[in-house]
Amino acid sequence: MTQNWPLWEVFVRSRRGLSHTHAGSLHAPDAEMALRNARDLYTRRNEGVSIWVVPSAEITASSPDERDPFFAPSADKPYRHPTFYEIPEGVRHL
Amino acid sequence: MVAVTPETGTSGGVDGGSAGLGAQLRADFDAAVAADERVEPRDWMPEEYRASLVRQMAQHAHSEIIGMQPEANWITRAPSLRRKAILMAKVQDEAGHGLYLYSAAETLGTSRDELLDKLHSGKQKYSSIFNYPTLTWADVGAIGWLVDGAAITNQVPICRCSYGPYARAMVRICKEESFHQRQGYELLLALSKGTEAQHAMAQDAVDRWWWPSLMMFGPPDDESVHSAQAMAWRIKRHSNDELRQRFVDIAVPQAESLGLTLPDPDIKWNEERGHYDFGAIDWAEFWDVLKGNGPCNEQRISQRRRAHEEGAWVREAATAYAQKHTGTGREVEA
Amino acid sequence: MSADTATPPAATAAVLALADDALILSHRLGEWAGHAPVLEEEVALANIALDLLGQARVLLSMAGDEDELAFLREERAFRNLQLVEQPNGDFAHTIARQLYFSLYQHELYTELAAGDGPFAPLAAKAVKETAYHRDHAEQWTLRLGDGTEESRRRMRAALDALWKYTGEMFRPVDGLDVDPAALEARWLAALGRVLEQAGLSLPEGPRTGAWAAGAGREGLHTEPFGRLLAEMQHLHRSHPGASW
Repeated sequence: MTQNWPLWEVFVRSRRGLSHTHAGSLHAPDAEMALRNARDLYTRRNEGVSIWVVPSAEITASSPDERDPFFAPSADKPYRHPTFYEIPEGVRHL
Repeated sequence: MVAVTPETGTSGGVDGGSAGLGAQLRADFDAAVAADERVEPRDWMPEEYRASLVRQMAQHAHSEIIGMQPEANWITRAPSLRRKAILMAKVQDEAGHGLYLYSAAETLGTSRDELLDKLHSGKQKYSSIFNYPTLTWADVGAIGWLVDGAAITNQVPICRCSYGPYARAMVRICKEESFHQRQGYELLLALSKGTEAQHAMAQDAVDRWWWPSLMMFGPPDDESVHSAQAMAWRIKRHSNDELRQRFVDIAVPQAESLGLTLPDPDIKWNEERGHYDFGAIDWAEFWDVLKGNGPCNEQRISQRRRAHEEGAWVREAATAYAQKHTGTGREVEA
Repeated sequence: MSADTATPPAATAAVLALADDALILSHRLGEWAGHAPVLEEEVALANIALDLLGQARVLLSMAGDEDELAFLREERAFRNLQLVEQPNGDFAHTIARQLYFSLYQHELYTELAAGDGPFAPLAAKAVKETAYHRDHAEQWTLRLGDGTEESRRRMRAALDALWKYTGEMFRPVDGLDVDPAALEARWLAALGRVLEQAGLSLPEGPRTGAWAAGAGREGLHTEPFGRLLAEMQHLHRSHPGASW
């Protein structure tokens, strides 16, 4: 029986100055091969300048059941956003 | 907070323990889908929705990798180096598309190996179109123009599918597919405007691929088993017949520009409907090929199985090596 | 349209040697499409094949019309190494062939890129590709050599079987401004390092065969090459003068 190759999540920096974003996933026996497979699969149309691979099993995620308790409390704090403040007309560079 | 694989975990651990909770989850799900919100891997979802998605994504992924075969059949015989490069890149894309789709299916907790086993044992299907043979070079063009054209018509709406990972995979795939269709059209155009023998080759290919391409949209709406539910869940956005009509409307003028004839004497513009009418599809052939009696069913699946079996020792070797040397992730700047 | 029987003038001997290596190896790798051990490897092998085909097209265009040269030359006019025309065999054979060739090609192009000869611009671009091909071959050599019993046995057999085709890489080629002896020394050293890391060793035995192996650069090829060309050229030749 073949033991399945583990799953890896792939993050690609599309160009310098931008952060890595999740591109997708793939299977690979180890990190070295995962990087190479990611390069072949997710950057063959010139989509990236840097790649991260992370074993999918190593990611800790927030649970969707806790979506509300986790994220709702930040919804009622509009004073964190610049649009909350009214500035008299004519005041510049603010 | 729980440590689980974000894109592969099964739905949140709540299975609707009490009837009331289950009904509430179901209502929330239905409302979210109706409001065109995306469902993400670990959200609660009805079992039938999950099963239906896995089935559709698996079939789609299988079609991509089986679909490599009829075209790969011509890589070693491509008549110019430019065409050879294009064809290799295209077949490579199909492997890539298969990969994106298997990954999307894996987010629902079904591994690629399980899905491949189901393909190899015939428990899951792939698109019947790939059970037709590529007999001449022009077939590569006909597949690009008609088969990929039909596939794009089918797939563009899936970019807005309710299931996030599937929709995202499709966005990437559709971007890449448009190259596939254009190269097919360009290939046929060169043949059509070429020598008499080349023109005949192109016409013959279109004659053979036209009807099977129309069948790719699936049975007529009144006979389609899964359609209604898939539409309600926004896995599907348009009916089979709607998409088929859309494809015919696009293909007819394209055939004219190609200087090729579509093998259907009933094609004509219907002013009243604002669409092209076309002839009756031979659904007996469709069901027959689907049942396994197409010209290449056996060949396609046995090649696929052989590649998998012959590769087993390679996959095992890499696994064994990884166990001996635990690698660590590192960044490469290119 | 005179390419069919031509023996290349000395000036193009080097171009054809480099071009045909890339063209024929690309063709062999193209045969893997739909047959690779795992989907990720389909993508990887196709990338390498496409890089090589790209190199071949640039090089052939330096010598004439790329399609005429690829599709209308007879077997004896091809100048590729016998190594690259060898059939794919199992995955270990393909990897052994890749290892031998990509180490050679990378060393060769590195040297050409550093010079100011006619191949310098091409080599400067190609060397990035060959670095990746070499890495791919090395990674797999490590995994097959140091994987399971079976993979080690297969990798050994493949390295042994192709060994006799490696001597040819270091024969002088007209118009190729490199020092073959130095190239060979670097190749052997690099190969030795990879094999050692993989728990393998350099094969023993001669690096040229009893009579013919090693004459691809002079147009003498092995039996499988005739079939390869028959397949590759058939369609193009069936429609003389057609454009595609």
